Amino acid sequence: MNIFKAIFHSSLGKKYIMGLTGLALFGFVIGHMVGNLQIFLGQDKLNAYGAFLKSMPKLLWVARIGLLACVGLHIWAAVKLVRENRAARPDRYAQVKRMGTSFASRTMIWSGLIVFAFIVYHLFDFTIAPDYTGHDDKGRHDIFKMVVLGFSNPFSAIFYLIANCLLCIHLSHGVKSLFQSLGLSTGQFRSLFNGIASATAWIIFIGNTSIPLAVLLGFGKEVLK
Amino acid sequence: MNLTLKIWRQKNADDAGEFVTYQANDVSPDMSFLEMLDVVNEGLTSKGDAPIAFDSDCREGICGTCSLVINGTPHGGQKATTACQLHMRHFQDGESITIEPWRARPFPVIRDLIVNRQAFDKVIQSGGYVSASTGGTPDANAIPVSKENADTAMDAAACIGCGACVAACKNASAMLFVSAKVSHLGTLPQGQPEKDQRVLSMVKSMDEAGFGNCTVTGACEAVCPKEISLDFISRLNRDYAAAVVKSAWKGK
Repeated sequence: MNIFKAIFHSSLGKKYIMGLTGLALFGFVIGHMVGNLQIFLGQDKLNAYGAFLKSMPKLLWVARIGLLACVGLHIWAAVKLVRENRAARPDRYAQVKRMGTSFASRTMIWSGLIVFAFIVYHLFDFTIAPDYTGHDDKGRHDIFKMVVLGFSNPFSAIFYLIANCLLCIHLSHGVKSLFQSLGLSTGQFRSLFNGIASATAWIIFIGNTSIPLAVLLGFGKEVLK
Repeated sequence: MNLTLKIWRQKNADDAGEFVTYQANDVSPDMSFLEMLDVVNEGLTSKGDAPIAFDSDCREGICGTCSLVINGTPHGGQKATTACQLHMRHFQDGESITIEPWRARPFPVIRDLIVNRQAFDKVIQSGGYVSASTGGTPDANAIPVSKENADTAMDAAACIGCGACVAACKNASAMLFVSAKVSHLGTLPQGQPEKDQRVLSMVKSMDEAGFGNCTVTGACEAVCPKEISLDFISRLNRDYAAAVVKSAWKGK
């Protein structure tokens, strides 16, 4: 048995790829949220955090390339799995009564693809964007001002809210499923992992949306004067 | 009870097939679903029409032969019930009932509501067996099995191979069936010699048959007439990963 073939060509192997890359991306989403919540500690703390990340460019690029590889593999496996799934049911039922399935579980490919489109927008919005807010008084990139300015546009803020809603719907099923696909979700661990999936999806939803919501409600407006 | 039945009719595998509407009058609520179809068929036969072809054998919920999607749910959506054990009292007088065959590429329709489930037989042939010594009959209980393992194996062995899991899954995945068969033998001492080879072969055979992939929706578990748990799918994922690593380690 060729291990490469067993992983990349079998149905279960592709689910391992989905699960492992999903786990890495889930870890990133948590770290990203925790880092960004420092916005509530004020302009100085957030800009210092940005400068800290930028102070280790090698590590930053290793992380970026690793994440990009995970996104690539995750989408590759997802598209391949979905195509196989559609091929397995060429004739559809006239009537389908859904039993035991959640909305999130039936729409993973769509929530995933929309979140991916959002990530591309998000990168252009804040990471690849030209340095349009300049530097703070300590000479650091003024991330705080950039975020406040970005979310002062209600359309952008609302898009962030919708995208995070979809992200968390995706995670609520994805996190639960990754433990299942990696063979860990048996016995009492099933309810534990299912609970972790729901809880973290809610925490990430509240954490991430709190930033655009706070800015929409007037947080940080003073830096724009 | 008087019912309107919308039934899938298809002459053979190459026929396009269509729904035909029939009236079933004076149906007793004590009839099973298949007995109700028998009565409809008697009416069709007496008129000189071809009866509706559907699969059945034991009619007591243990053989896994009946295979009807009733109102969009395999086996009709009563908890832990096969179509043959589904009684007409669960339906309303005057109700319209849609009856379709299992729909999946590996389960082609043979005629009307009968599908070919040989794909499951091929999965079983590829690894669903244990080595047995020849010679005299061994003593019962000669091999100790823990209560816990015996219970798990028994839960998995309850699978009757009807294919409702495939029929209900939006991806037409056979994971619940394969996981039950792999776990049933894999948790018992008698199944250990072929444990790794079994899971590798049965997954390969499942993939070759053209079943879809598991996306953990839980539809299979919800419709399974034997209430096979999603736990077995996770166990299958674990056993397969272990077998792949072990066989790669041994250089096979």
